[in-house]
Amino acid sequence: MSSSPTRPDPTHPDGSGRSGGGTFLGLPAVPPRSPYGTGNLRGDRAFPRAAREELGNEQLRRNLTRATHTIRGKRLAVTGELPDWERLREAGSAIKTDTMNRLPELLEELERKVTERGGTVHWARDGVEANEIVTRLVEATGSDEVIKVKSMATQEIGLNEHLESRGIAAHETDLAELIVQLAGDKPSHILVPAIHRNREEIRDIFRDRIPGVDPGLDAVPAHLAAAARAYLREKFMTVPVAVSGANFGIAETGTLSVVESEGNGRMCLTLPRTLITVMGIEKVLPRYRDLEVFLQLLPRSSTGERMNPYTSLWTGVTPGDGPEEFHLVLLDNGRTAALADRIGREALNCIRCSACLNVCPVYERTGGHAYGSTYPGPIGAVLTPQLAGMDAAKNDPNSSLPYASSLCGACFDACPVKIDIPSLLVELRHQHTEQAGTTAEKLAMKAAAAVMSRPQLFTAAQKAAAPARLVAGRDKVISRLPPPFDGWTDSRDLPAPPRQTFRSWMASEEGAAALRAAAEEGRRSRDGRGGRPDDGHDGKHDDDRPDGRHGDPHHGEEER
Amino acid sequence: MRIGLFATCLGDTLFPDAVKATAVLLTRLGHDVVFPPGQTCCGQMHVNTGYQREPVPLVRNFADQFGDPSLDAVVMPSGSCAGSVRHQHEIVADRYGDEALRAGVAAVKAKTYELSELLVDVLGVTDVGAWFPHRVTYHPTCHSLRMLRVGDKPLRLLRAVDGIDLVELPQADACCGFGGTFALKNAGTSAAMLQDKTDHVRSTGADVCTAGDSSCLMHIGGGLSRIKAGTRTLHLAQILAATRTAPLPLPQPEAAR
Amino acid sequence: MTATARETVLGRIRDALALADPREVTVERAYRTGRTLPDAQRLELLTDRLVDYKARVRVCTADRTARTVAEALSARGARRIGVPAGLDPEWLAAFDGEVLEDSAGIPAPRLGDLDGVVTASAVTCAETGTIFLDGSPDQGRRALSLVPDLHVCVVDLSSVVAGVPEAVARLVPERPTTLISGPSATSDIELERVEGVHGPRTLEVIVRTDA
Repeated sequence: MSSSPTRPDPTHPDGSGRSGGGTFLGLPAVPPRSPYGTGNLRGDRAFPRAAREELGNEQLRRNLTRATHTIRGKRLAVTGELPDWERLREAGSAIKTDTMNRLPELLEELERKVTERGGTVHWARDGVEANEIVTRLVEATGSDEVIKVKSMATQEIGLNEHLESRGIAAHETDLAELIVQLAGDKPSHILVPAIHRNREEIRDIFRDRIPGVDPGLDAVPAHLAAAARAYLREKFMTVPVAVSGANFGIAETGTLSVVESEGNGRMCLTLPRTLITVMGIEKVLPRYRDLEVFLQLLPRSSTGERMNPYTSLWTGVTPGDGPEEFHLVLLDNGRTAALADRIGREALNCIRCSACLNVCPVYERTGGHAYGSTYPGPIGAVLTPQLAGMDAAKNDPNSSLPYASSLCGACFDACPVKIDIPSLLVELRHQHTEQAGTTAEKLAMKAAAAVMSRPQLFTAAQKAAAPARLVAGRDKVISRLPPPFDGWTDSRDLPAPPRQTFRSWMASEEGAAALRAAAEEGRRSRDGRGGRPDDGHDGKHDDDRPDGRHGDPHHGEEER
Repeated sequence: MRIGLFATCLGDTLFPDAVKATAVLLTRLGHDVVFPPGQTCCGQMHVNTGYQREPVPLVRNFADQFGDPSLDAVVMPSGSCAGSVRHQHEIVADRYGDEALRAGVAAVKAKTYELSELLVDVLGVTDVGAWFPHRVTYHPTCHSLRMLRVGDKPLRLLRAVDGIDLVELPQADACCGFGGTFALKNAGTSAAMLQDKTDHVRSTGADVCTAGDSSCLMHIGGGLSRIKAGTRTLHLAQILAATRTAPLPLPQPEAAR
Repeated sequence: MTATARETVLGRIRDALALADPREVTVERAYRTGRTLPDAQRLELLTDRLVDYKARVRVCTADRTARTVAEALSARGARRIGVPAGLDPEWLAAFDGEVLEDSAGIPAPRLGDLDGVVTASAVTCAETGTIFLDGSPDQGRRALSLVPDLHVCVVDLSSVVAGVPEAVARLVPERPTTLISGPSATSDIELERVEGVHGPRTLEVIVRTDA
């Protein structure tokens, strides 16, 4: 693992890249990213290269297509049945934005309330510090094992690896996380981390890695789940420390929340003597009442259920019920760097539902591993570069993430808190090009803009392109282009430039004649039918067509 | 109505038939189509690839060319270029432009429309008097659908076409994988998306796949041509411009344009 | 003097907000709140949701509570059950098996030896089929309704509300609260739903229409 001090980051608002630790000479300082070389916020290859390998995996493609399409359908059904879905999204978006605006006071309030109720609050500047805090707390209990509830934050900081290096075994208890952990693998989806594995693979992993498992175990999902239940039950009953993440932390009351399905979360949050929760600072919510919004938005967007099987809400320590000791670790790790970005900060509103992954045509083809980060998919492509930076090293793989999108916008429509991911992608691309200095691409873009902003030059360039007709075959099709355009002709043809541009047609007698003929035809047809009522009036009327929507598969969610 | 026509750099250079059809259609409907000759490109490719300083002169040129107050509306046969004018020019002007540019951009943005929006919302027509006796499937391009929210306006226009056999495209709202420079930077992923799109197009048995954007059609058409699918691509404007008097003969499938 | 992590993080947030110059927002709660539905509709909605989650639903009047509880337990072959200390003893009058009254001192593995548990509930949301337990004396500590494999939960129709906002409004934030929507489940293997992983694999809900 390499490590280096936080590098200057000229894409940041003040351009100085000074790593912040508070105000310097009265001027606000740019907060630092997650330290380079720590945690799981950077892959080892750029996205296109990583994607190429994943694209070749037929099994993965099949699993992903089936999974993403299934969840998509379920999500549309349960969001469609709520008449106030759009109003819930509006409220969710506003609550999160308001939260970010008031983050200092809300975190202080959360700290005060948790402390009042018998919990202890710790602050971590980055993943390294959070790992140290958790390790120290576990060591203080004398246990060399912890049980874990699926948590994005602890994956992000590489907590399990750190605990292991200190002789503490961390047992993932979510079924999918267990599969991933036993296989020595990495999660590939926020919600269903083992989506890249099929049942036979999981059976083999269980047979090989679960001590004492029935060697005749078959690949029936219910049997596999039962094997995991038997294995983990012993852990739940005996391990005295649990580590969790949190979906929400309520400032007003000090209440923490974990949303889950299997009951492993309830086990971890209830049975051990000590509970340690690691929560990103952006997960705070102002009021208890805000749960009424997010407990509707999250399950419906995430699993496509009206409600997930289990949600736990706890406030500090309750004598006689649950852990006797509760620690809350509040994690920065680059979040404040994102918060400092006027546009990019919107990514912090994410509630980790994974709806954007499930609708993303890119994620659907490549899967989560290609993104190289704990956070895959569209939200990962905007969150990862902001938390960890995208120009921290030469050819930083994170700089390829904002380009891992066709900007189709499906993620924006699916997001329960209305994060405009396409706009964030475009913004991060811009920050990257600003950071990248002079590149061949930038020079080409400059040259193109210089030509295109001068009509005479543009017209001349159009003429210069005409000889491309010569490279086309007799069928007027171009089937092979040189780099960097060969990626196109690997699987697509390109038509040869036409004989005449539009502007030369428009200026020609042929063009003028065509328009005269069209005008004449229009006049005749309008005279002929004596002005049909459909013509020339306000278009609103057409909305009343009884068949206006019939058979239309693609009216946007906005119109619901 | 006096309508400024923006050909788009791609339409002007590579797909003039779609722009000609737009001019013919609007003229047939009785409008005055104006082509400001100094027009070039909206700068969408620059912005979407991460460049916001470089397209400032393009944004300025667009605002200058179409700012003419005698133009009642500005139309372009491209959802993504209309999206750029309406959503991105402001970003560029705010960040790297001056006060005059911001004012110019705001004025043009307010009267800029993609073709189906202009026809249905502004001109109030769905039946444009077209005749096109062929089997057609419609791909709603991402920026028309999710950036401009044109909804079912293109389909309403197509349903009113005389003689048309309109068939639904499976998973129509899925991206074709073009995404501008995405098709080059992530060519493999883009090609995987395209393959699913061309499979779906082929499954409809349509003679023609249409859409409101020549760039997406160039992509889909390039894929259909490579696999010799037998389905051609035509811009929505070309179908709407075709009449019994001036019919559009089906081009050869290979000459995808 | 070195700043504490707390001071540093709070300082960074204040700096970030100064740099980003955020736009003010007002939170509009235009979504549905304060909804009421007639008894019959709430019951119908709740039953539909619970059945959808693969929970078993029994509907009775309060005077038949004991008999219905006994039926639910015997249908699942439960002979040894646990109950919270504050559960109405009348509810178990028709049950002839062994009853363990829970207390904080009982270790969790012993709860695992039970065939099932019977509890009351705090509030229930019809639209999502969600039962809220809040640790009141008739619901007990969280471990009790978690470790045994069968959970028989008594829900009074008067405590069933229409939607999530109406349910959240009735909660006491400081109480440890568990939301239960059907038995535990996972779809982690090829998205095939499996009921019952770690929590109770069977959920029996008894709705009392006049209570």
